Amino acid sequence: MGEIVELEIPARPELLSLARLVITGAATIEPAFSDDRIDDLRIAVSEACTNAIEAHVSSGAADRITIRCDLAEDRIEVEVTDNGTGFDPYALDAAPDAEHPDRLAYESGLGIPLMKVLVDETEFRASPTGTVVRLVVARHPRRTSE
Amino acid sequence: MISVDTQVRGSWTVIAAVGEVDVVSAPELRAEIVRVVSEGFSDVVLDLSGVVFIDSFGLGVLVGAVKRIQAHDGHLRVVIGEARVHAVLELTGLDRVLDLYDSLEPAIAPLGAGG
Repeated sequence: MGEIVELEIPARPELLSLARLVITGAATIEPAFSDDRIDDLRIAVSEACTNAIEAHVSSGAADRITIRCDLAEDRIEVEVTDNGTGFDPYALDAAPDAEHPDRLAYESGLGIPLMKVLVDETEFRASPTGTVVRLVVARHPRRTSE
Repeated sequence: MISVDTQVRGSWTVIAAVGEVDVVSAPELRAEIVRVVSEGFSDVVLDLSGVVFIDSFGLGVLVGAVKRIQAHDGHLRVVIGEARVHAVLELTGLDRVLDLYDSLEPAIAPLGAGG
Protein backbone atom coordinates (compact mmCIF):
# COMPACT_ATOMS: atom_id res chain seq x y z
CA MET A 1 0.00 0.00 0.00
CA GLY A 2 1.25 3.47 -0.85
CA GLU A 3 0.38 6.83 0.55
CA ILE A 4 -3.32 7.50 1.04
CA VAL A 5 -5.11 10.69 0.10
CA GLU A 6 -8.76 10.82 1.04
CA LEU A 7 -11.30 13.46 0.10
CA GLU A 8 -14.86 13.69 1.34
CA ILE A 9 -17.21 16.08 -0.43
CA PRO A 10 -20.91 16.93 -0.32
CA ALA A 11 -22.71 15.37 -3.27
CA ARG A 12 -22.84 18.57 -5.29
CA PRO A 13 -21.85 18.73 -8.97
CA GLU A 14 -20.19 22.11 -8.40
CA LEU A 15 -17.51 20.29 -6.38
CA LEU A 16 -16.50 17.97 -9.22
CA SER A 17 -13.75 20.27 -10.40
CA LEU A 18 -12.36 20.33 -6.86
CA ALA A 19 -12.32 16.52 -6.76
CA ARG A 20 -10.50 16.42 -10.11
CA LEU A 21 -8.00 18.96 -8.88
CA VAL A 22 -7.22 17.17 -5.62
CA ILE A 23 -6.88 13.68 -7.05
CA THR A 24 -4.79 14.66 -10.04
CA GLY A 25 -2.73 16.92 -7.81
CA ALA A 26 -2.06 13.98 -5.52
CA ALA A 27 -1.16 11.78 -8.51
CA THR A 28 1.28 14.40 -9.75
CA ILE A 29 3.30 13.98 -6.56
CA GLU A 30 4.44 10.61 -7.88
CA PRO A 31 6.81 11.60 -10.70
CA ALA A 32 6.79 8.17 -12.33
CA PHE A 33 3.36 8.76 -13.85
CA SER A 34 3.16 10.47 -17.21
CA ASP A 35 0.87 13.40 -17.92
CA ASP A 36 -1.16 11.15 -20.23
CA ARG A 37 -1.91 8.70 -17.46
CA ILE A 38 -2.84 11.49 -15.08
CA ASP A 39 -5.19 12.85 -17.75
CA ASP A 40 -6.77 9.38 -17.97
CA LEU A 41 -7.20 9.34 -14.22
CA ARG A 42 -8.67 12.86 -14.18
CA ILE A 43 -11.47 11.91 -16.57
CA ALA A 44 -12.17 8.51 -15.01
CA VAL A 45 -12.37 9.95 -11.49
CA SER A 46 -14.63 12.72 -12.75
CA GLU A 47 -16.96 10.17 -14.35
CA ALA A 48 -17.07 8.06 -11.18
CA CYS A 49 -17.74 11.11 -9.01
CA THR A 50 -20.45 12.32 -11.39
CA ASN A 51 -22.20 8.95 -11.11
CA ALA A 52 -21.84 9.04 -7.32
CA ILE A 53 -23.30 12.54 -7.09
CA GLU A 54 -26.17 11.61 -9.41
CA ALA A 55 -26.89 8.54 -7.26
CA HIS A 56 -27.15 10.76 -4.20
CA VAL A 57 -29.33 13.31 -5.95
CA SER A 58 -31.70 10.68 -7.36
CA SER A 59 -32.05 8.79 -4.08
CA GLY A 60 -32.10 11.83 -1.83
CA ALA A 61 -29.15 10.52 0.21
CA ALA A 62 -27.68 13.33 2.27
CA ASP A 63 -24.29 11.78 3.03
CA ARG A 64 -21.06 12.77 1.40
CA ILE A 65 -19.16 10.86 -1.22
CA THR A 66 -15.67 9.66 -0.46
CA ILE A 67 -12.75 9.57 -2.86
CA ARG A 68 -9.82 7.51 -1.61
CA CYS A 69 -6.60 7.54 -3.54
CA ASP A 70 -3.82 5.00 -2.88
CA LEU A 71 -0.57 6.22 -4.39
CA ALA A 72 1.76 3.27 -4.95
CA GLU A 73 5.01 3.23 -6.86
CA ASP A 74 3.67 1.39 -9.89
CA ARG A 75 -0.05 2.17 -9.76
CA ILE A 76 -2.62 4.60 -8.50
CA GLU A 77 -5.82 3.14 -7.14
CA VAL A 78 -8.88 5.30 -6.56
CA GLU A 79 -12.11 4.26 -4.87
CA VAL A 80 -15.20 6.44 -5.13
CA THR A 81 -17.85 5.51 -2.60
CA ASP A 82 -21.41 6.77 -2.53
CA ASN A 83 -24.43 6.02 -0.38
CA GLY A 84 -27.01 6.45 -3.09
CA THR A 85 -29.22 3.78 -4.55
CA GLY A 86 -27.06 1.08 -6.04
CA PHE A 87 -27.17 0.40 -9.75
CA ASP A 88 -26.03 -2.35 -12.05
CA PRO A 89 -23.35 -0.92 -14.33
CA TYR A 90 -23.16 -4.19 -16.25
CA ALA A 91 -26.77 -3.78 -17.33
CA LEU A 92 -25.94 -0.67 -19.34
CA ASP A 93 -25.76 -0.99 -23.10
CA ALA A 94 -22.46 -0.10 -24.66
CA ALA A 95 -22.66 2.53 -27.38
CA PRO A 96 -22.30 1.09 -30.90
CA ASP A 97 -19.23 1.79 -33.02
CA ALA A 98 -18.76 5.38 -34.09
CA GLU A 99 -19.92 4.82 -37.67
CA HIS A 100 -22.93 2.71 -36.76
CA PRO A 101 -26.23 4.38 -37.77
CA ASP A 102 -27.51 4.05 -34.19
CA ARG A 103 -24.43 5.66 -32.67
CA LEU A 104 -25.97 9.11 -32.58
CA ALA A 105 -28.76 7.79 -30.38
CA TYR A 106 -26.26 7.62 -27.53
CA GLU A 107 -25.98 11.07 -25.99
CA SER A 108 -25.77 9.74 -22.46
CA GLY A 109 -24.51 6.57 -20.83
CA LEU A 110 -21.05 7.24 -22.23
CA GLY A 111 -19.37 7.60 -18.84
CA ILE A 112 -18.82 3.98 -17.85
CA PRO A 113 -17.52 2.90 -21.28
CA LEU A 114 -15.16 5.88 -21.18
CA MET A 115 -13.91 4.91 -17.70
CA LYS A 116 -13.26 1.36 -18.85
CA VAL A 117 -11.18 2.43 -21.82
CA LEU A 118 -9.16 5.00 -19.88
CA VAL A 119 -7.96 2.98 -16.90
CA ASP A 120 -6.37 -0.43 -16.49
CA GLU A 121 -8.87 -1.87 -14.04
CA THR A 122 -12.44 -0.93 -13.21
CA GLU A 123 -14.57 -2.60 -10.60
CA PHE A 124 -18.11 -1.74 -9.57
CA ARG A 125 -19.42 -3.04 -6.26
CA ALA A 126 -23.09 -2.11 -6.11
CA SER A 127 -25.43 -2.74 -3.21
CA PRO A 128 -28.81 -1.37 -2.15
CA THR A 129 -27.02 1.10 0.11
CA GLY A 130 -24.53 2.47 -2.37
CA THR A 131 -21.80 1.81 -4.87
CA VAL A 132 -18.03 1.61 -4.76
CA VAL A 133 -16.19 2.25 -8.00
CA ARG A 134 -12.56 1.19 -8.02
CA LEU A 135 -10.23 2.53 -10.69
CA VAL A 136 -6.61 1.51 -11.18
CA VAL A 137 -4.13 3.33 -13.36
CA ALA A 138 -0.75 1.68 -13.82
CA ARG A 139 2.49 3.46 -14.54
CA HIS A 140 2.87 1.88 -17.97
CA PRO A 141 1.24 3.51 -20.99
CA ARG A 142 -2.45 2.91 -21.58
CA ARG A 143 -3.22 -0.32 -23.39
CA THR A 144 -4.44 0.40 -26.87
CA SER A 145 -7.69 -1.18 -27.91
CA GLU A 146 -7.87 -3.61 -30.81
CA MET B 1 -16.79 26.21 -15.29
CA ILE B 2 -17.21 27.39 -18.83
CA SER B 3 -17.76 30.56 -20.81
CA VAL B 4 -19.65 30.43 -24.09
CA ASP B 5 -19.53 33.15 -26.75
CA THR B 6 -21.27 33.14 -30.13
CA GLN B 7 -20.31 35.17 -33.19
CA VAL B 8 -21.15 35.07 -36.88
CA ARG B 9 -18.08 34.62 -39.07
CA GLY B 10 -18.94 34.65 -42.77
CA SER B 11 -21.45 31.89 -43.42
CA TRP B 12 -20.66 30.19 -40.11
CA THR B 13 -21.98 30.71 -36.63
CA VAL B 14 -19.07 30.18 -34.28
CA ILE B 15 -19.84 29.02 -30.75
CA ALA B 16 -16.65 29.31 -28.74
CA ALA B 17 -16.37 27.59 -25.36
CA VAL B 18 -13.57 28.10 -22.87
CA GLY B 19 -13.01 26.01 -19.77
CA GLU B 20 -14.12 22.55 -18.67
CA VAL B 21 -17.10 20.73 -20.17
CA ASP B 22 -18.59 18.42 -17.58
CA VAL B 23 -21.98 17.64 -16.05
CA VAL B 24 -22.15 21.16 -14.64
CA SER B 25 -21.24 23.13 -17.74
CA ALA B 26 -22.41 20.87 -20.57
CA PRO B 27 -26.05 22.04 -20.35
CA GLU B 28 -24.97 25.64 -21.01
CA LEU B 29 -23.12 24.63 -24.17
CA ARG B 30 -25.99 22.40 -25.29
CA ALA B 31 -28.52 25.20 -24.72
CA GLU B 32 -26.50 27.60 -26.87
CA ILE B 33 -26.29 25.06 -29.72
CA VAL B 34 -30.04 24.46 -29.48
CA ARG B 35 -30.72 28.21 -29.48
CA VAL B 36 -28.51 28.91 -32.50
CA VAL B 37 -29.89 26.05 -34.59
CA SER B 38 -33.49 26.81 -33.66
CA GLU B 39 -32.96 30.38 -34.86
CA GLY B 40 -32.06 29.01 -38.28
CA PHE B 41 -28.27 29.08 -38.11
CA SER B 42 -27.43 25.50 -39.01
CA ASP B 43 -23.85 25.90 -40.28
CA VAL B 44 -22.02 25.86 -36.97
CA VAL B 45 -18.41 25.84 -35.87
CA LEU B 46 -17.92 24.67 -32.30
CA ASP B 47 -14.67 26.29 -31.29
CA LEU B 48 -13.42 24.14 -28.41
CA SER B 49 -9.82 25.31 -28.71
CA GLY B 50 -10.14 26.82 -25.24
CA VAL B 51 -11.57 23.66 -23.69
CA VAL B 52 -9.07 21.93 -21.41
CA PHE B 53 -11.27 19.11 -20.12
CA ILE B 54 -14.16 17.15 -21.55
CA ASP B 55 -16.00 14.20 -20.07
CA SER B 56 -18.85 11.98 -21.21
CA PHE B 57 -21.37 14.80 -20.80
CA GLY B 58 -19.34 16.97 -23.15
CA LEU B 59 -19.18 14.09 -25.62
CA GLY B 60 -22.95 13.79 -25.32
CA VAL B 61 -23.28 17.46 -26.28
CA LEU B 62 -21.17 16.85 -29.39
CA VAL B 63 -23.25 13.83 -30.39
CA GLY B 64 -26.42 15.86 -29.85
CA ALA B 65 -25.02 18.72 -31.93
CA VAL B 66 -24.28 16.38 -34.85
CA LYS B 67 -27.81 14.99 -34.69
CA ARG B 68 -29.54 18.35 -34.37
CA ILE B 69 -27.55 20.01 -37.14
CA GLN B 70 -27.95 17.04 -39.50
CA ALA B 71 -31.69 17.21 -38.91
CA HIS B 72 -31.59 20.84 -40.12
CA ASP B 73 -29.46 19.95 -43.18
CA GLY B 74 -26.65 22.00 -41.72
CA HIS B 75 -22.93 21.49 -41.25
CA LEU B 76 -20.89 21.14 -38.09
CA ARG B 77 -17.17 21.72 -37.74
CA VAL B 78 -15.35 21.30 -34.45
CA VAL B 79 -12.09 22.97 -33.48
CA ILE B 80 -10.00 21.11 -30.91
CA GLY B 81 -6.91 22.67 -29.38
CA GLU B 82 -5.83 20.47 -26.47
CA ALA B 83 -4.25 17.12 -27.31
CA ARG B 84 -5.93 15.57 -24.26
CA VAL B 85 -9.37 16.55 -25.57
CA HIS B 86 -8.52 15.18 -29.00
CA ALA B 87 -7.38 11.94 -27.34
CA VAL B 88 -10.78 11.47 -25.69
CA LEU B 89 -12.49 11.87 -29.07
CA GLU B 90 -10.14 9.28 -30.57
CA LEU B 91 -10.71 6.83 -27.72
CA THR B 92 -14.46 6.99 -28.17
CA GLY B 93 -14.35 6.94 -31.97
CA LEU B 94 -16.06 10.31 -32.22
CA ASP B 95 -13.11 11.67 -34.21
CA ARG B 96 -14.48 9.56 -37.08
CA VAL B 97 -17.92 11.15 -37.08
CA LEU B 98 -16.89 14.75 -36.35
CA ASP B 99 -15.35 17.16 -38.85
CA LEU B 100 -12.33 18.20 -36.75
CA TYR B 101 -9.98 21.16 -37.17
CA ASP B 102 -6.85 22.22 -35.31
CA SER B 103 -7.60 25.93 -35.49
CA LEU B 104 -10.45 28.32 -36.19
CA GLU B 105 -9.36 29.93 -39.46
CA PRO B 106 -9.61 26.81 -41.67
CA ALA B 107 -12.81 25.84 -39.88
CA ILE B 108 -14.58 29.02 -41.02
CA ALA B 109 -13.53 28.65 -44.67
CA PRO B 110 -16.60 28.69 -46.92
CA LEU B 111 -18.20 25.34 -47.64
CA GLY B 112 -16.74 23.73 -50.73
CA ALA B 113 -13.64 25.92 -50.65
CA GLY B 114 -10.17 24.44 -50.56
CA GLY B 115 -11.24 20.90 -51.37
